[in-house]
Amino acid sequence: MSIRSYVSLSALVLGMAFATGPASAQQYDTGATDTSIKIGNINPYSGPASAYGTIGKTIAAYFDKINAEGGINGRTIEFISYDDGYSPPKAVEQARKLVESDEVLLIFQSLGTPSNSAIHKYMNVKKVPQLFVATGATKWGDPQNFPWTMGWQPNYQSEGRIYANYILTNHPDAKIGVLYQNDDYGKDLLQGLKDGLGDKTSMIVSEVPYETSDPTIDSQIIKLKDSDADVLVNIATPKFAAQAIRKVAELDWKPVHIVNNVSQSVGGVLRPAGLENANGVLSTGYLKDPTDPQWKDDAAYKEWEAFMDEHYPDGDKSSSFTVYGLAVAQTLEQVLNQAGDNLTRENIMKQAASLDNLQLGMALPGVIINTSENDFFPFEQMQMMKFNGERWEMFGPVISGEVGG
Amino acid sequence: MTIDRTIASDDAANTPVAGSATKARMVGGIPVAWQRTAFFIAVVIAIALPFLVKNFTIFQLTTVMIYAIAILGLNLLTGYNGQFSLGHSTFIAIGAYTTAILMEFAGLSFYGTLPIAATICFAFGFLFGLPALRLESIYLALATFALAVATPQVLKLSPFEHWTGGVQGLLVFKPEAPFGLPLNSDQWMYFVTLAIGLGLAVCAVNLVNSRSGRAIKAIRDNPIAARAMGINISLYKTTTFGISAAYAGIAGSLSAVVVQFVAPDSFTFVLAIGLFVGLVVGGVGSITGALFGGLFLVFVPNIAEEVSKGLAGAVYGVILLLVIYLMPAGAVGLIRTAAMKLATRRR
Repeated sequence: MSIRSYVSLSALVLGMAFATGPASAQQYDTGATDTSIKIGNINPYSGPASAYGTIGKTIAAYFDKINAEGGINGRTIEFISYDDGYSPPKAVEQARKLVESDEVLLIFQSLGTPSNSAIHKYMNVKKVPQLFVATGATKWGDPQNFPWTMGWQPNYQSEGRIYANYILTNHPDAKIGVLYQNDDYGKDLLQGLKDGLGDKTSMIVSEVPYETSDPTIDSQIIKLKDSDADVLVNIATPKFAAQAIRKVAELDWKPVHIVNNVSQSVGGVLRPAGLENANGVLSTGYLKDPTDPQWKDDAAYKEWEAFMDEHYPDGDKSSSFTVYGLAVAQTLEQVLNQAGDNLTRENIMKQAASLDNLQLGMALPGVIINTSENDFFPFEQMQMMKFNGERWEMFGPVISGEVGG
Repeated sequence: MTIDRTIASDDAANTPVAGSATKARMVGGIPVAWQRTAFFIAVVIAIALPFLVKNFTIFQLTTVMIYAIAILGLNLLTGYNGQFSLGHSTFIAIGAYTTAILMEFAGLSFYGTLPIAATICFAFGFLFGLPALRLESIYLALATFALAVATPQVLKLSPFEHWTGGVQGLLVFKPEAPFGLPLNSDQWMYFVTLAIGLGLAVCAVNLVNSRSGRAIKAIRDNPIAARAMGINISLYKTTTFGISAAYAGIAGSLSAVVVQFVAPDSFTFVLAIGLFVGLVVGGVGSITGALFGGLFLVFVPNIAEEVSKGLAGAVYGVILLLVIYLMPAGAVGLIRTAAMKLATRRR
């Protein structure tokens, strides 16, 4: 027994010596070697959400580019991406395959709230980073209970706070009507709006939910109009957001109309709603819109265009998913660069939680990434924008909607 | 011994190969000794595997067996009773949610929830079987399909959200091996699933070869003649529906603890269609076929993805077409034909 405790003690001492040793000492966890880093990913290439598959393909193309240019700190990136068809049980299977069979260093950008919920606990029990997940739910920024999981895009609560901030500054006497989808996403955003309003929550004169199974939301809009609201916050997914914009115009109601970020697609929402009806609608953005002509001569835009032409020629250059994929891959690149030769899972999370004023090329100027050990929300800033009948125009300052620490 | 009949199950009755020509006892044209050997080899492999492969593979194999149990239930309904169902994902969902909710809110252990899930699914299946009586073949397929389409949305409804967790779903705890057995939780759940699956397979074989089983098959082959024989068609049909739903419910209950998570998106109509594919690929009207169906459902999509990520769906389709073209009677049909040829050649 004494021998065993002696051995474990010396192992401990040795381990501490390593941990406190110079940063240049090479330390690896499973998945990292002198020559390569294995990164796992789960994306819905098939099934109901297969449109998001573009994100996975863009990331793969970006790592091809990095490898062609010599890798990160001399290590090539081995990007292993599996299809889960947006099915949670399949996501569990693929996550286990990545962790236990392919032995990746971390899982990056697994997509979808249901799929990430399914592997949330598994990843944290296994202590494998579930880094920069592709969902806007607020629960991914909980370092106390889930120190191995981190989101990336602005979460729904931050977005709600940004709208509150805008309304308080520009329409302090407003009467707010809220249309929201009755699920976790809608409630999350509404919660953010209320938190942002603080003690002025009474400005909300009417909250009207709808179900995704509702055929139309006409009656909800009529109810909101009757409440005498003069600011309408439209927390709806594309189909319903378009219906709302059209109905508001039909009723000849002229509120300040804020449409949430998920429904800002010109082709998918504003055109079906009628471009003249959508004129003057407000929203927020955080990434550069590839179809916006104002970025035509922008250096980062040109870089993105060159990357698309060379490494992902089949990709759709009008799709915001390719911009998203590039930006999130660059964030991971930064984390791995920072980690240097200390490629342990713990250090990966430590570096991911110490991103300092990172300005990505394809993020809007001034929208920066900041994280800390208490702040697992990389993007928390957005800029307001207004639709001019043709395209979105950014205006005003970058607004912060910080939720965490 | 009941297991002897598993491979030959359906045509066991109509192959009285007797005495003079062959000395070996034959069932379905295949020597019984062969079947017995194959069965024992299979069991030995099944018991040895969890100690030889990685935990992740054990998890995949457990998933295979869970699918096999659900396909077995579907087979009783479709293969033996001739009723179509494209809605078995609903019963899997009910089983899974029953287990998840009882474990979360009533503090029951997983083993306690299993019979409850089976009973609830039986009742639900039996009740659904009543209106289904009025619907024949493709119309019944459509009606059950509607059930499958509706299920994920119903699970998301806000009145049930307190119980179902809405879109977020519920986390479920995986039981550890009891009595200090030297097994990890993956290995333990593998053996639990194996034991339950074998038990259910034996039940299915016995049912199919019993008097009731013959009635069930008679209804499939000729309902008018069956009625003339004095078989209570509606009772048999609804009961078969209930039993089939109970099998699916047990599969759902097991899947809840193995995956450790239930959510509406786990039980879409894609799952229901998947079970149907597994049924046809494994072999309609064959008990062992369910296992091959399960293997197909878990591994073929992965193979398709290996071949091409962008065209995974198309590759899957091509493999499915090839399988149906090359093995029109399913995997078990192919094995049976091969074994029969071998047996004849040796004579």
